[in-house]
Amino acid sequence: MKVAVLRFPGSNCDQDALWALRDDVGMRAEYVWHEDRSLAGFDAVFIPGGFSYGDYLRCGAMASHSPIMESVVKFARDGGPVIGACNGFQILCEAGLLPGALVLNEGQKFICKDVFLAAENRTSIWTRGVEKVLRIPIAHGEGRYVVDDEIMRRIEDNEQIAFRYVSPDGRQVSEHNANGSAGAIAGVLNESGNVLGLMPHPERATKQLLGYTDGLQILNGLKLVAIGSR
Amino acid sequence: MPKSGMANVRVYVTLKPSLLDSAGRTVAVALKKLGFDEVEQARIGKLIELQVDEPSDARVREMCDKLLANPVIEDYRFEVVR
Repeated sequence: MKVAVLRFPGSNCDQDALWALRDDVGMRAEYVWHEDRSLAGFDAVFIPGGFSYGDYLRCGAMASHSPIMESVVKFARDGGPVIGACNGFQILCEAGLLPGALVLNEGQKFICKDVFLAAENRTSIWTRGVEKVLRIPIAHGEGRYVVDDEIMRRIEDNEQIAFRYVSPDGRQVSEHNANGSAGAIAGVLNESGNVLGLMPHPERATKQLLGYTDGLQILNGLKLVAIGSR
Repeated sequence: MPKSGMANVRVYVTLKPSLLDSAGRTVAVALKKLGFDEVEQARIGKLIELQVDEPSDARVREMCDKLLANPVIEDYRFEVVR
């Protein structure tokens, strides 16, 4: 199992992701530059956080048209596992791989703190291993998930809601909806469940030394992907 | 020498009316605080000025759909200024 960690100009969680995958999840992981066009030899894709292209125009808009994204779109449509955290989530939405969009936080401020997440979908590789309410950090200015009513109904019916912001004991209350997201949604899946986008940073929560390991419950989903299946 | 077919295209990108514009809301509150009580609402959008050789409406729409606006959250309109 080898994971491609994409790097765009302005990515800044790429090293966190690479080392979390190597040290703590126990995967092979290599960087892939945004100007590359091939994902040959890779079994999964991690799109890290940061401020790709300085967040010009809209967060993730420029990155979603990078040369490598053509391969990522194809990889995802063929069922390959793809995870995008923070800016990675924004890029996946801009690329049309995930429904909805991410806009300025309701309170307008950049928020950097721990949040609590409840997994809603329990069947995807990314959510199957989640056993409890997760404590994972967020760090974003544009993380308010928005989607129109029709698509909201569709993603609810199709169990595409991966995570919602909740209280530490797992209740959905507005004060714990960190950024004012529609339905307190913190992460969504594509229709077939192989692509996950989420605003929280699981790669920052994989070491006891750093205070928490809950991110592993998401990233360990990569172990469910058969080696050499692609 | 500028090409004869050069024109300015002004693309206005605005948040869909159904979406809360939290920055715009703050601007409206600030205007009220400054004594402009008549302000009911402020919404912030983008103006993108393009210089285009022989612009066609269809091509500009394609630019908007592909990159300049995100149809999930934004509306756009444009004008060609020759």
